[in-house]
Amino acid sequence: MATIAAVIASTHHPFYYRASTSVGADRPPFADEWVAKITAFRETLTRANPDVLVLVGSDHFHQLWLDNMPQFLVGKAPFYDANWYNEEREFGLPKMFFKGDENLSAHILRSGLDAGFDLAFSNELRIDHSVTCPMITLRPECDLPIVPIYTNIFAPPLPQPKRYVQLGQMIREVVESWPASLRVAIIGTGHLSLELGGPRQFGPHGPDPEFDRKAVDWIASGDIEKALGEVSLDSLWEPGNATHGFLDFMLMMGVAGAGEKADYVDSLDLFHTMEAYFTWYPKGAK
Amino acid sequence: MSKYLLNKFLYTIDRDPELVERYREDPRGTVEWWEAERANLILNVPASEQTSWLKFDAVEREALATHDIPKLFELGAHTFLTLTLFIALFERDYAEPLGFQLEYAQRLSHFTMPYPDITT
Repeated sequence: MATIAAVIASTHHPFYYRASTSVGADRPPFADEWVAKITAFRETLTRANPDVLVLVGSDHFHQLWLDNMPQFLVGKAPFYDANWYNEEREFGLPKMFFKGDENLSAHILRSGLDAGFDLAFSNELRIDHSVTCPMITLRPECDLPIVPIYTNIFAPPLPQPKRYVQLGQMIREVVESWPASLRVAIIGTGHLSLELGGPRQFGPHGPDPEFDRKAVDWIASGDIEKALGEVSLDSLWEPGNATHGFLDFMLMMGVAGAGEKADYVDSLDLFHTMEAYFTWYPKGAK
Repeated sequence: MSKYLLNKFLYTIDRDPELVERYREDPRGTVEWWEAERANLILNVPASEQTSWLKFDAVEREALATHDIPKLFELGAHTFLTLTLFIALFERDYAEPLGFQLEYAQRLSHFTMPYPDITT
C-alpha cells in the first residue's frame, strides 16, 4: 500500500515567483525574508522523499467556467500543461509542464465515487497557479508525477465547509488504500483572509488579521471542530470577499486528521494577505 | 439582468490579448460587437448551436461601455474577473506599484458589507 509521506497546506501567492527572481531595484524589500521562509518550507517536503504528489487547488476561471462548473474535479491525464496567458501577463508566471500519474487518478476517482463523492474528472486539464505556485515553492524541479484535484471555492453556490473536510478525509483514506508501494505527498493551497476586487484589497496586511490568527491556530492544532463551528459559507465573506479559499485549508485539515498538530508551522505577514505554511508527517511516514 | 452575461464578457475578453487591447481603446464599440457576435456563443460548442436568448440590459451595457468598476461591482459581476481584466487594461498607466489596484479599492470605498451578491 502507498504511504502518505507528508501532508502540506499552504497559501498560494502568485507574486512569489516574480518577487523571488527579481534583482536590483526591481526586488521588493520583503523578498529575501520570503525566500528564506519558502526555502525552509521546501525542506519539509524534500525530507519526506515523495514519489508522487497529489495537488489540491482551485481553477481561477481558466478552464472551468460558469456554463459547466464542477464542484470537485480530479485530473486524469498523462501530462498537464500549466499556467495561462493572463497569469503570465499579471504575475509573470512561466509556462510549465508536468507528468501525471493516471493510475493514482483512476484510483482516487473510482474509490471516491464508491465512497459517495460524485467527482467530476478531466482527461485534458491545463492547470493554473493554485497548483503551480506550490510546485514553484516546494518542488521547483517539477520532477514528480502529479494528480491535480480542483475544488470550487470561487463560483457560488459552493458546497458546505464540512464537505471540503470530508473530501480531505476521503482523499487521505483512498491514497492510503492505493496498492502501490510509493510515497505520496498531499499538498493543498488556499487562502487566509483575502479581498480581491473589493474596497479592502491590497491593504498593508490581510483584510482581517484577527481571522488569520484564529485560522492559523485552527490549522496548526488540527481543530476541525472549532473551524467548522466558526466558519460558514456566509461568514467567510466577512474577513474578505475572496476568503472562501480558506475552504481548501479546511480540506487539508481533513487530510491531516482531526486533532493532528502540524509538525511545521510558519507564516509571513505580507501586504494584502498573510502567507501561511503547514506540514504534517503522518505517523510512520518519517 | 444577467450577472452570467457580464461575467461571460469579462471572461472572454480577459483571455484574449487582442480583445483586451480592443476593449481598452474602444469600450463601447467592443461591447456592441461582442453582444452582437459573441454573447450567444456557448464556449466549446459550434457556432451553429449557439444560444438564442442572452443579451445585456441597458444598465449592464452602459457599465461595460464606460469601464464603470463601481457599477459592475454593484451589479454583482464576479469581483475576480473584473479585477483581473481591469488590471490588464489600466495598471500600465500608473507609475507606482499597485497604484491602480489601490485607486480601484478607493473607488469602491462607499460599499459596506454585505457586498452585492455574485452568485449566478
